[in-house]
Amino acid sequence: MAASVAEDAQGSGQAGPNHGLRIFLIWLPVAVIADWLLWFVYGPHMPPGQMSNSAASQQFDVKVMSVLAAPVMAFVLVAGAYSLIVWRHREGDDEDGPAIFGNVRIQTTWITVTAVIVLFLAGFGTYELAWPGFAGAGGGEGPAPIWKPDGKPLEVQVIAQQWRFTYRYPQFGGFETSDLVLPIGQPIQFNVTSLDVIHSFWAYQLGVKADANPGVNNVAYTTARQTGSITVRCAELCGLWHGAMFDYGKVVSVGTFQSWAHQTETQLAAVTKILPPYATTYDPTVVPQINKAMAKAGIGGANGYYYPPNDPVQP
Amino acid sequence: MAIETQPERAQGAGGGQPLGSSAPRPWWRRPAIHTAILGAVIGYLLGHQLGDWLTGATGSPSQYPNIALSDSEDWPIVLGYLLAVVGWLAGLGVFNSIVGQMLGRPNHINGNGLPAHETSGLARYFRYSLDHKVVGIQYLVGMIIYFCTAGLFAMAIRTELLSPVNHVFSSQVYIELVGEHGTMMMMLMSSVILGPFGNYLVPLMIGSKRVAFPRVEALSFWLTPMAFLILLSGLMLGGFPFGWTGYAPLSIQSTVGADSYAFAFGLMGVSIVLAGFNIIVTVICYRAPGMRWSRLPAFVWAMMTTAFLMVLAAPVLVGGMYMLLMDRTAQTAFFEDQLGGSSYLYENLFWFFGHPEVYILALPGFGIVSEIIPVMCRKPLFAYKVMAAGMVGVGLLSFFVWQHHLFDSGINPDMRPLFMLTTELISIPTGFIYLVALGTFWKAKIRFTVPMLFALGMYFNFLIGGVSGVFLSDVPADTTEHGSFFVMAHFHYTIMGGLIFAFMAGLYYWLPKMMGVKLNEKLGKWQFWIMFIAFNSTFLPLFAVGDAGQPRRVFEYATNLQGLNDWASISSFVLGFSILLFVINFVYSTVIVRDRETGNPWQSRGLEWQVASPPPAENFDQIPVVLSGPYEYGVKDAPPVADLHPPAGVLSAAIGQSAAVRAEA
Repeated sequence: MAASVAEDAQGSGQAGPNHGLRIFLIWLPVAVIADWLLWFVYGPHMPPGQMSNSAASQQFDVKVMSVLAAPVMAFVLVAGAYSLIVWRHREGDDEDGPAIFGNVRIQTTWITVTAVIVLFLAGFGTYELAWPGFAGAGGGEGPAPIWKPDGKPLEVQVIAQQWRFTYRYPQFGGFETSDLVLPIGQPIQFNVTSLDVIHSFWAYQLGVKADANPGVNNVAYTTARQTGSITVRCAELCGLWHGAMFDYGKVVSVGTFQSWAHQTETQLAAVTKILPPYATTYDPTVVPQINKAMAKAGIGGANGYYYPPNDPVQP
Repeated sequence: MAIETQPERAQGAGGGQPLGSSAPRPWWRRPAIHTAILGAVIGYLLGHQLGDWLTGATGSPSQYPNIALSDSEDWPIVLGYLLAVVGWLAGLGVFNSIVGQMLGRPNHINGNGLPAHETSGLARYFRYSLDHKVVGIQYLVGMIIYFCTAGLFAMAIRTELLSPVNHVFSSQVYIELVGEHGTMMMMLMSSVILGPFGNYLVPLMIGSKRVAFPRVEALSFWLTPMAFLILLSGLMLGGFPFGWTGYAPLSIQSTVGADSYAFAFGLMGVSIVLAGFNIIVTVICYRAPGMRWSRLPAFVWAMMTTAFLMVLAAPVLVGGMYMLLMDRTAQTAFFEDQLGGSSYLYENLFWFFGHPEVYILALPGFGIVSEIIPVMCRKPLFAYKVMAAGMVGVGLLSFFVWQHHLFDSGINPDMRPLFMLTTELISIPTGFIYLVALGTFWKAKIRFTVPMLFALGMYFNFLIGGVSGVFLSDVPADTTEHGSFFVMAHFHYTIMGGLIFAFMAGLYYWLPKMMGVKLNEKLGKWQFWIMFIAFNSTFLPLFAVGDAGQPRRVFEYATNLQGLNDWASISSFVLGFSILLFVINFVYSTVIVRDRETGNPWQSRGLEWQVASPPPAENFDQIPVVLSGPYEYGVKDAPPVADLHPPAGVLSAAIGQSAAVRAEA
C-alpha cells in the first residue's frame, strides 16, 4: 500500500521529494519495533495470563491482534503526522491545494488490505474457538455446547445469586460450598446458572466468562495449567451490591483437590440432604424454602449466604 | 345557510394575515414552554389519579387483578408520565393546528411552514416553532444541557472510584448515578448531531427552504426535554439499579424508578424515529435542481444513513421498553423464564436496537469531520464515493452484528463465529474515513483552526476506539474483555472521543452560520488541548484496568489498580473542567461578547455558506440551481456551487409548474 503511494507520487510527474517513500521509511522501523516489543517483551505478560488453556489461547489471540493492529495504527499516525507537518498551511499562501479527487489504485489497495486483515482475524478467531485444544476459549456456550474438551471433565456448578457465588460439585454428592477449589490438569466444565437475575461468572486468571441466567444452564470449559489463586468477579450488573460480588478461588494439585472434595462431601452431608437435589437449573421460588430449611436446621444464612465466610473445610 | 363568496383561506399573498384575525396575543397568552409546563403538571396529576383508581389505591377495590398485583405505585407513575407528556404537548400547542383544522378554523401558517409573524425575536425559541433553524438552535441548547448534566454524574462516578475501599456514596446512590449517567448519555446523545446540525443545516445544504415535515421535526425536539426530565425524576423515585441496558429479570424486579427509565427511553425512541423520518424525506424530496446524489455533501450522507438507522432500529427499542413496562406492571411474562418467557428475548431486542444505536452515534461524527477537512485543507474530499459507500456500508452492516454484545451470555454457540465475522467486516467500511482523511491531507494546505483541531482529535481518538473494537469482536479475546473496563474505554473513545469531539468541531465551524457570532478562538484552542489531553489521560489507562480484571459498574476493585483508577479520576476532573471552559466560551461568545461573523469565515464552498449568516427566514430567496459539487477546491475555473438567482424559466423548466409556484411563495 505504501509502495503504490510512492509510485503514485512519482507517477504524478512532480519533481518533489518522494513523500510516499518517506512515509514508508518512517513507518517501517516504527512498525517493526512495535511488533517486536509486543510479541517478545509484552507478549508473555499480556492479559489474561497463562494459568489455563483458555487464558493462554486468549493471550495468544490478543498477541496476534496487537501485532496486526500496531502497524495499521502506526501507518495512520505516521502518515497523518507527516501530512500535518509537511503540508501545513504557510502564512501568505492563499492558493488551494491540488484537485485530487481520488486514486483508484490507492482505494483498491486500501480496501483489499483492510479486508484481508479483518477476514484473517475472523478466521483466526474461529479457529481459536473451535479447535479442540481450546474448547471454546473459556466463554459460556449455552446449554448445548459444541466445543468440548477431550476426556471427562470435572463438573462444577456455579450458582450465582444476589450477591454471591456458590459452587456445587455433582460428582461429589452435590455439596454446595462458597469455596472454589479446582484441580490442575483436568478439563473443568462450569455449569453456570442463576437463581434470580442475570449475573456473569468471570474467573479472570482462568479466562472463563459465562453469563448466569435464571433457568438456563450456561456451560464453559477450561483446563488449568498452573496452580495458584484466582479471582472471581461478577461481570454483569446485578443490582445494588454488584460491585461487592467477588470471590477468590484456587487451583491446587489433583491430590489436594481430591482430599478436599471428599472431606467436604463428608462434612457437609447433612446439609446437602436438605438442599434441593442437584440440577442444572433451579426454580428461584425454591430459594425461600431453602432458607426455611436452613433456619430450621440451625444453619445461619441470609439472602445469598448459605454459609458464613469461614467454611467448614479449608484445603 | 348563506354561501360564502370569499373563501376562507389562511394564506394571503406573501404570507399575510388571514381575514378577520387580530393582532398577535401577548406572549404569556400564546402557547409556549410555560403553558407546556402547566399542561405537564395537570396531565401528571390526572394520570396519577387514573392510575390510583386502576390499582385500587383510591379506596374502591381494583377491577383489574393483574394490575393490582404490581407495585402499587407503578401504574400511577406510568400513567402520570403518559398524560404529562400529552399535557406538555397540548400546552405547547402541538395539537392546535390539528384540532383547528378539524373545527374548520383558518390555519395561521404560510406555505413554508412558518407562522406569519414569527420570524424574529427570542420568544420563538421557547415555542413550538416550525422553522427548522429555530428547532436546530433549540436542540443545540437542549443537547448541551443534557450532556453537561450527564457529565456531572460521570464526575460523581469517578469520585467514587478514587478508592477501592473507602466509599463516597452508598451502594444505592452509586448504582443510581451509574444508571443515570449511562442512560442519559446513550438516550439523549443519539440526536446530539442530527438534532442541532442535521435539522439546521440539511435544508440549507440541499438548497431547500424547509424540511418535509416541520411539525414532526419540532415534535421530535419537544419530546426530548420530557424524556430528560422523566429520566431525572427517577432519582426521586429511588433510581434504577440496572444501568442503561436494563437487563430483564433485574429490571422487572426493580422498584418504581425503573418505570422512569423505561418510559423515558421509550419516549426518546419515538423522538428518534420522528427526527430520522423527517430527514430522510427531506433529503429525498426537497433537493434543489442540480443537487444530484453525487453532489450531496458528506454531512448529508451521514445524516441520511443515521436517519435510516434511527427509523429502523428505534421502534424495536420502543417495543422492548413497552414489553418491559408490561412485565413490570401488568404481570405479562415476556422476559420471565419461569413463566415461559426468556431473559434472552430482552437481551436480543435491546441489542438489536443497541447496536445500530451506537452507529447512530458514530456516523454523524464521520459526517462532520469529512465535511470539515476539505475546507480546512483547501482540497477536494478524497474518494467521495468510497466515503459514501463507507457510510452506507456501516449503516447496512450495523443490523447484522448485535450478538457480539452477547458472546458469553449463553447464546447458541454456532452464532458466535457468524457474528464475529460480521463484526470484523463492519470495520472495513468504518476504516474508509481514514482513507478519505489521509487522501485529503495528501499535499494539502492544512489550516489548524479550532474546528480542524477537533476534527484531528476525533480521528486520533476514533482510531484507538475503533481498533479496540476489533479486539472486542474476537470471541476469545472478548471472553476476558466483555463487561470490563476495556469495553468502557472502547466505547468512550468512540462515542466521546469520536462523536463529542466531532460535535465540538461542528459547533466551532457552524456557529457563525447558525447564530452569526464566532466562538472565541483562543478559548477554543485552550479547550481543545485540555480536553484532548485530559480525555486520553482519562480513558487510555482504562484499557489496562479492564484487561487487569476490573468489571464495569463496580465500586470495589483490586487494590493494585488504585493507581490507575486515581489517574483516570483526576484526569476526568480536568476533562470536566475543559467542558466547563466550553460552556463558558459558549455563553461568553453568544450572549456577552457577540463577535459578529456574518460572512463565510472558512471560505467554504458549501451551499449553506452561500447565504447570509444567520440565514434569512426562508433560507433562499429563490430555490437555487446547483451547478457543481461542494468539494471542488483547487479545480481551475470551477463553476460556483450554485446559482442563487437563476433566471426565470430555468426553475420552472427544471422542476415543473407546481414547484415553481412553491418557489415564488
